[in-house]
Amino acid sequence: MQIFLTLMRRELAAFFFSITGYVIIAAVTLLSGLGFVVLMTSLGNDHFTATVTEMFYSTFFFWLILLLATPVITMRLFALEKASGTFETLMTTPVNDLQVVAAKFTAAIIFYMMTWLPTLGCLFIVRHFTNQSDALDAGTVGGMYLGIFLTGCLFLSLGCFASAISQSQMASAMISFVLGVSLFSLGYLAKQIPATAQWQAHALSYFSLFDQMNDFARGVVDTRTVFFYAGATFFFLFLTLRVVESRRWK
Amino acid sequence: MIEVSNLTKRYTGRTAVSDISFSVARGEIVGLLGPNGAGKSTTMRILSTFLPATSGTVRVAGFDVFYDSVEVRRRIGFMPENNPLYPEMRVREYLKFRARLKGLGWRRSRERVATVMEQCGLTDVSRRIIGQLSKGYKQRVGLADALVHEPDLIILDEPTIGLDPNQIRSVRQLIKSLAEKHTVLISTHILPEAEMMCSRMLIMYGGKILAADTPENLQKLMQGSSRIVAEIDAPAEELREAWSLMPGVEHFDVSAGADNFQRCALTPRDGYDLRPAIFMLARERGWMLRELTGSRHSLEDIYVQVTKPNEEEEN
Repeated sequence: MQIFLTLMRRELAAFFFSITGYVIIAAVTLLSGLGFVVLMTSLGNDHFTATVTEMFYSTFFFWLILLLATPVITMRLFALEKASGTFETLMTTPVNDLQVVAAKFTAAIIFYMMTWLPTLGCLFIVRHFTNQSDALDAGTVGGMYLGIFLTGCLFLSLGCFASAISQSQMASAMISFVLGVSLFSLGYLAKQIPATAQWQAHALSYFSLFDQMNDFARGVVDTRTVFFYAGATFFFLFLTLRVVESRRWK
Repeated sequence: MIEVSNLTKRYTGRTAVSDISFSVARGEIVGLLGPNGAGKSTTMRILSTFLPATSGTVRVAGFDVFYDSVEVRRRIGFMPENNPLYPEMRVREYLKFRARLKGLGWRRSRERVATVMEQCGLTDVSRRIIGQLSKGYKQRVGLADALVHEPDLIILDEPTIGLDPNQIRSVRQLIKSLAEKHTVLISTHILPEAEMMCSRMLIMYGGKILAADTPENLQKLMQGSSRIVAEIDAPAEELREAWSLMPGVEHFDVSAGADNFQRCALTPRDGYDLRPAIFMLARERGWMLRELTGSRHSLEDIYVQVTKPNEEEEN
């Protein structure tokens, strides 16, 4: 546990040592702020039945953040250590591979959630100016953040995997971006395929990220979805672990 | 402390280390000497559990590097080639992080970090960012990291590479001072360095250990075939004739040097010291002699020397 915490703290601190961390935070804040502006204008103009959090997902800014920020967050994790050689100093200390993967992933997800903190401010503003407590109840807000967390987990685990298999940060970012876009496109495909199709549509429905996020935004937590995200995250982390271990059987 | 038997490491299409065996006793400083690509770093990486061996067994402090790798890692301090560090961290912070990673308690790690910083002369720069330190200081940070958990065995891969002479001297001093408490394995391609620091040297070439002995014995091995260089102002023909007549000259080479001087490289037969004979010859014939040196053996000569019999056997 001491090793996990020590590693995790360093990984988390490393985001703030370089300018990259601040750039990511600034970019996410900018994009989520833009999303908020769009949301506010559309709330002002038309009559919407959707909840505020739901609106938030329907703007494409959320997906932009998810697709762009996660590769940048995770690209450094393994690729930089391998490129600079510190991977060797790290792996010759009495740490086990699982601790390393877990610490790096945990640091990434904590940092990712931190970049979303400014959106709490947006919610506060909405609450303050609408005077409607039911517009933002704990359920929908909690659901929304759970959704952010779970999609973040999945995309960050993809990024971890990409970083573990590459030697350069650039390659790592590109691989995880491609993986992320593919996953995202599957969700898009799931939306397009008519419900009449048989098992294909059923299988694809697991990947329909939009619908799932919509559910979360409305405060509906479907256990199947939660299991899907958690399972996929663990799957990619498991692959990452295998890649890290692979140097011992090569 | 280290027992290596029949260790082989193959990368795809290339054998980096082939069937080597050696052992290192507790308290020894052993130098792994060899040119680039000789398999030194690969051997060290296997010893430090970073890479698995293709075949053969390696035991450190009685533990197998593959099956008990965590136990081995607890007992070694490894500084890889080029000394990779996290450039964005501060010296004390980095050492503290490494100490914690190596399982030291909070209090103990603070004590040890203070001790190794003192030992490695880092106290003045403890709050500086590693990336901004000079190479000599960085190297000391790497050493301090290898020492921080008081390992039984310290493995240093080219610890003095890229340092200036003063820094090399201080790093050497430091390594020598470790001998009392630790077993040290260092790799280098600089012969005098190994001579100065090590109680025993293993010479590696092409993935094999060609010679393993104390520096003194290796020097003796070389004595027989040292080379003499003489610069003499005389006609080249006469010089050639003189050398071919001189007893004890096995091989000679005369080439034109600057200002009419001829540069003669002479290889003596075993046991002959040609220098007095050359001086007498020059005096007798009235030739001007301006240089007479017995060239010191470079590491390359040792390789040539030790690889020779093997090649003949193979042919």
